[in-house]
Amino acid sequence: MSTETTEYAAPDSGGKAATAAQVFETEHLEVSMGPSHPSTHGVLRLNLELDGEIVKMCDPVLGYLHRGDEKIAENMTYNQFVPYTDRLDYLAPLANNAAYAMAVEKLANLEVPERCQAIRVVTSELARISAHLLGLGAYTMDVGALTVFMITFSEREKLYTLFEELTGARFTTSYSRIGGVTRDMPEGWTNRVLTFCEELLPLLDDVESLLTRNRIWFDRTADIGIISKEDAIAYGLTGPNLRGSGVDVDLRRDVPYSGYEQYEFEVPLGENGDCYDRYAVRMEEMRQSVRIVRQAIKKMPGGPFYAEDAKKIYAPRKDKILTSMEELIQNFMITTEGPDMPAGEVYFEAENPKGALGFYIVSKGGGVPYRMKIRGPSFNNLSILEKVSVGAMISDISAILGSLDFVMGECDR
Amino acid sequence: MIAQDLKSALKETCPELDDRDSTDWPAFNCPVGSIPNVVKELRDDHGFDALMDATAIDNGVEASPRFTVVYHLYSPENHTYVRLAGDCLDDEAPSAPSLVDLFKSANWMERETYDMFGIIYEGHPDLRRILMWDEYPHHPLRKDFPLAGHENELWDPEIAENTGVKVKPAPMAGGPFVAQQSVFESKREPAAKDESWSEEKAKPDQ
Repeated sequence: MSTETTEYAAPDSGGKAATAAQVFETEHLEVSMGPSHPSTHGVLRLNLELDGEIVKMCDPVLGYLHRGDEKIAENMTYNQFVPYTDRLDYLAPLANNAAYAMAVEKLANLEVPERCQAIRVVTSELARISAHLLGLGAYTMDVGALTVFMITFSEREKLYTLFEELTGARFTTSYSRIGGVTRDMPEGWTNRVLTFCEELLPLLDDVESLLTRNRIWFDRTADIGIISKEDAIAYGLTGPNLRGSGVDVDLRRDVPYSGYEQYEFEVPLGENGDCYDRYAVRMEEMRQSVRIVRQAIKKMPGGPFYAEDAKKIYAPRKDKILTSMEELIQNFMITTEGPDMPAGEVYFEAENPKGALGFYIVSKGGGVPYRMKIRGPSFNNLSILEKVSVGAMISDISAILGSLDFVMGECDR
Repeated sequence: MIAQDLKSALKETCPELDDRDSTDWPAFNCPVGSIPNVVKELRDDHGFDALMDATAIDNGVEASPRFTVVYHLYSPENHTYVRLAGDCLDDEAPSAPSLVDLFKSANWMERETYDMFGIIYEGHPDLRRILMWDEYPHHPLRKDFPLAGHENELWDPEIAENTGVKVKPAPMAGGPFVAQQSVFESKREPAAKDESWSEEKAKPDQ
């Protein structure tokens, strides 16, 4: 008795490999995923070409959140643009604020006081923790582990309460100014941050016990969406996605800014560059951020929190404006005509939660930039999709998207 | 000095290479045609493995050369950046050679620059718009493009025909908050551009 077998034959092989009489002609199916799909984290659309469940081609369609931030920047003064930076990577506005302010300070060749630098380090690292908590929660939710999302989201809520206390806003913080920060830290705030850090570490262990050796999680992420070292560099990946592929680049350590050279921290690296490695890198990065926050708070220098001598850049304090003529005039000039900037060009990149957020500023002098290019890390991180998703199952797409952890706000700008 | 060493090394590849004014990293001006060769040498011989940023500058409607393409490369070994700029020759139809063969990351960044400035990258495999929709006729980051935008046809001709809806310029109420250089002090304050009344013109009766 002969057993009947049915094999698929590739359409181009002319069916020669098939042993059975019947050769299935497979037809490719075009599917539009998004722009409002739960796993596209915002408004990203993927034009997929599918062969059964295998992705044959993926063409990401961007631009649904394009607001023309670069054009807007050319039409307003440097200080006025700070709130727009909140809306780039809207999961870590504090880090964007600091990165933008540092880029403009570099143009003005302005040193900010050590206390301001330390505050920026603390806020940037807290923003990193908050962004990774949300990114991790959404990632696990996409592949079916709902509990983690509940845990990390409620933890992020505590962070937002701390942000609210510091900046007055939970989400759109606008905390930086060119030459400083808006206000000093409130009394006892650092202690509450330390308490938060104390509570965060056991929680991360809890999350790890749910995921790291979880068979289902492992099956869904390991060996999925592998990005090689060479590809990661060639496609311009940055941040945890680059380090997940084992490339040892961290701008905080390599091109130190804002006093990062004083702090001890390790740069976690992945080995295989798959979705699991990117998860592991983010988990470890949160622990390292806690380490940096603790060191920065321990060493927190006294003194002013803004550059007092930058009279033509940092708007004076409100109490001084109301009592002194000179400060009143300064405030008026900075508000109407913008800070006094020299002509020149700078490019500054900061290691943000999603990768290297870059600002290329061309100034011709005066208070308004002539051209400002914003390099959103998510833009480059997403460009690898058309390579990495080919050959993956369609159910892996949500794992890959989650592991790339992008934000459309800075991708489309 | 890294900048001097780099310059003398790159001069062999491209004799026309020149210093560019820069506040931070080494920066070079280079004829737009030899940018791929210079970038290739930077990548292969000097460790600039990553193309971080590719963009352009519009030097103004009157200026010639009007468009300048700018590249930033990063060296993970030496922890330093380099900036490379080249002026596009034709002001009407600016073009530059594509770097996609050297860096995959150039693909999307050049698509974005094409979308925003209309610079044609020769040799780009897939030069489509990336942020605006494909039928969009303008290049928004050019200096002659108004902040509010232009009135345009809808991207879907069928919906446009049935509804008569058009893409309208942005209502500029509330912006841009930039001081206007004018005679009247009140106009120099950053305020909403409500031009129905001012110091010259009486407030309309309502």
